[in-house]
Amino acid sequence: MCDTATIEKKVPEVAEELVPIYIMGKKYEVPASLTIMKAMEYAGYQYIRGAGCRGGICGACATVYRKPGDYHIRVGLACQTVVEADMYLTQIPFFPANRAVYKWEDVRGEAEEVFAAYPELFRCLACNACTKVCPMDIPVMDYVAAIKQGNLEKAAELSFDCIQCGLCATRCMAEMAQYHIAQMVRRLVGAKIAVPSPHVDKQVAAIKSGHYDEALKEVMALGTMDPFNQDANKENIDKLKELYNKRQGESHATDESWEPDDKYALLEDAR
Amino acid sequence: MPYPDSLKELIKKVEATRPARVEKKKAGGEFPALNLDERKGVLEQFHPDVKEEGRREIKIGPNKGYRICHEMVDLVEARSRVNPDKVDLSKPDYTTDVLIIGGGGAGTSAALLAQEQGAKVIIATKLRHGDANTMMAEGGIQAATKGWKDSPYYHYLDIMGGGHFTNVPELVSTLSKEAPDVIRWLLSLGCNFSKFEDGTLKTMHGGGTSRKRMHFAADITGAEMMRTVRDEARNRIDDISVIEFSPAVELIMNDKGACAGAVLYNMETAEYLVIKAKSVVMATGGSGRLHVQNFMTTNHYGATADGIVMAYRAGVPLCFLHTIQYHPTGVIFPEQAEGILITEKFRGAGANLVNVDGNQFVFEREPRDVEAACIIRECVNVNKGVPTPTGKFGIWLDSPMLDVMFGEGYVKKEFPGKHILFSRFGIDIGVEPMLIYPTLHYQNGGLEFKDDGSTKIPGFYVAGEVGGGIHGENRLMGNSLLDIMVYGRISGKNAAQYAMNGVVDGELTLDHVRKYHQEIDESGIETDRISPMLLPDYTLEHVKAKQYSAEYEGTLR
Ligand SMILES: Cc1cc2nc3c(=O)[nH]c(=O)nc-3n(C[C@H](O)[C@H](O)[C@H](O)COP(=O)(O)OP(=O)(O)OC[C@H]3O[C@@H](n4cnc5c(N)ncnc54)[C@H](O)[C@@H]3O)c2cc1C
Ligand code: SF4
Ligand code: SF4
Ligand code: FES
Repeated sequence: MCDTATIEKKVPEVAEELVPIYIMGKKYEVPASLTIMKAMEYAGYQYIRGAGCRGGICGACATVYRKPGDYHIRVGLACQTVVEADMYLTQIPFFPANRAVYKWEDVRGEAEEVFAAYPELFRCLACNACTKVCPMDIPVMDYVAAIKQGNLEKAAELSFDCIQCGLCATRCMAEMAQYHIAQMVRRLVGAKIAVPSPHVDKQVAAIKSGHYDEALKEVMALGTMDPFNQDANKENIDKLKELYNKRQGESHATDESWEPDDKYALLEDAR
Repeated sequence: MPYPDSLKELIKKVEATRPARVEKKKAGGEFPALNLDERKGVLEQFHPDVKEEGRREIKIGPNKGYRICHEMVDLVEARSRVNPDKVDLSKPDYTTDVLIIGGGGAGTSAALLAQEQGAKVIIATKLRHGDANTMMAEGGIQAATKGWKDSPYYHYLDIMGGGHFTNVPELVSTLSKEAPDVIRWLLSLGCNFSKFEDGTLKTMHGGGTSRKRMHFAADITGAEMMRTVRDEARNRIDDISVIEFSPAVELIMNDKGACAGAVLYNMETAEYLVIKAKSVVMATGGSGRLHVQNFMTTNHYGATADGIVMAYRAGVPLCFLHTIQYHPTGVIFPEQAEGILITEKFRGAGANLVNVDGNQFVFEREPRDVEAACIIRECVNVNKGVPTPTGKFGIWLDSPMLDVMFGEGYVKKEFPGKHILFSRFGIDIGVEPMLIYPTLHYQNGGLEFKDDGSTKIPGFYVAGEVGGGIHGENRLMGNSLLDIMVYGRISGKNAAQYAMNGVVDGELTLDHVRKYHQEIDESGIETDRISPMLLPDYTLEHVKAKQYSAEYEGTLR
């Protein structure tokens, strides 16, 4: 009964406006409310390439299009962009781009390492074609400039939302693959430049030393509940539930200074 | 696409009841919450999981008699895509130490660890490397990294409670103990988790957490994790090769009973290819694209339960597939955003759910499953759903009342991501409400495996959403990004060690597939279904009606 198929049947036919679109130059009439991706499926295409997450984050569905009488190249993600009447579109599911191979253990987090891996950086003509074509509105030219200036942190920040769709590389006068460079930069910043987080290492060390083993052993000994025979281990499960219910909850409003009153199974000197 | 006039008219009814609803809230009044009996009643009648007519017994294989959703049973009770007699196993197209099936977060972390053991690795994946559910996770990853207030002990309790105490204790213990090391590892690979200036990682609560332990990378946590491990895999190109658009369709065994590779299907050339491997890691992720009971989904295009099907044919048992996680509030209109999650925080802040008349029908802070069931009931039984221009029904989530209660601009400030998403369609969710419906989100169960990643088949390992038992009957947010990394690493490492040390070489065979076909015939199942599905079929009837000579192999043309 709770089945959207049944629901659909109950709905009166909605007379939906159709608009003409041109998929790789060929005309199809599709419902005006569809995304490019669903419009192509409506037209009869079955995707193998060109569709991934269908949610605007994987970069598989980069699409370029033009409108008649308008010289601008427009771009969008096929899974996020609604069709427009008379758009001439094609997807660019793949565009060759070289990625430098480097030994992660050996890099130290210096701009020179990025320059050495990607010397084409310095061919940038500041034409801004990359920024114009980016479907995520990322200031691509600016992050390229930041890298050239050795400001890796700024480049990491500017490029953070990049979904690696590759459109910038299709338009680059300097023939670079900006997004691969930005990826290297973000990793250098994350691992070698950003302030370290010693509390993580302390906790890892405590776990490795067996600090929590006793406490874990005790709860594990209570076992589990068989979903199809819920009374089988009832006594233990009741104990487990009791432990669960009495564990102290951190409130939503706390800041980093908060510590629970109950110090059971915690670590001294953990910060 | 902004709301059309038909919906704008209906929004007036929401606006008409809003002042009274806000007044009531200000006076401390709430729509009455259901008592335990009422909850049970609505769940039994309307929750897609609990509904008996939504499922049936599997007639064959290791879990004969297990009742799970029809869509999954349909795939299990189906024939192979390929006739085993036609596959030439004598001349493998590729040979490797470790074969990893699925290039998401679990598969890629498995590849890195296997390579570190000295193994040659092939990742075979269905779409591009990284086109995966991992990429889509926004919220965060749990780990008890803050020893002054948290530890694997509290994490363990939270996971068990979330899973209704049905989880496999060893899997949970390993998950919670390995969690901080996973964070350390990801940081060391250059993953940018959000931090305070002093380096302390930022953490927040998720549903069911007793301590704030959800780490995040702004609001694209999964993408940041995925692109980091993928980038490192690309650095190790000499040892890790990736074969894209070539999903596995069948496991290959050897005559000693060990797993020894897989048959791949090159979707672009329609060739079947044989990979011989010393060990195999299954990391194919979830199954949202089965659209169980026709629900929309948050999952990526390739989430079609392939790993379940292949491993089941080879004899690996299933567990916890009787529960599926539905998120109560997915966008149902505008169509471009269909299935996308609307965070629980809207309801937490007090936004009402209202029907086509503008009336409340449920307390907005019922548990996820109850909330989902009530929304479904309102649409299909009470017939008070809001009809969408795309021919479906939804319910209003009254976000503008938050602006009325907490001041203009509140929604924009507190929910910037969703505000921007809707503003792209010409909708200001501080002024107009959102249309939502429950959406298929996570496959709680899967293949049975042990906490060293192994299964009952020698040489066959499991990692990620395709596995079952860690989360019991219900996964808590933030624990699956964790589980794919913990068990990806463990499975990768152990699969490599098995490949380098303990392998029993033998004659390659697909006999298990032949036997499975025989079992289908003997059990009286009459079907020409084939599986795994590989991709969903979204071709519409008006097209199909004219495809006079098209041949569909299952869902693929
Ligand atoms: C929208 C969304 C939000 C989420 N938010 C969170 C969150 O905040 N926190 C959290 O912890 N979890 C979250 N999850 C859940 C979590 O992201 C997933 O459970 C997890 O990433 C699964 O990882 P995986 O590696 O097992 O599978 P995936 O990442 O899906 O990878 C599986 C890969 O295998 C490929 N594949 C499938 N079949 C085959 C085949 N036959 N042969 C070869 N390859 C195949 C797929 O194409 C895919 O690339 C979310 C999920 C979604 C969809
Ligand atoms: S920066 Fe380049 S690869 Fe990244 S999203 Fe923009 S156009 Fe795509
Ligand atoms: S397209 Fe290339 S050359 Fe032009 S600004 Fe961008 S990086 Fe520089
Ligand atoms: S399909 Fe992933 S961004 Fe469009």
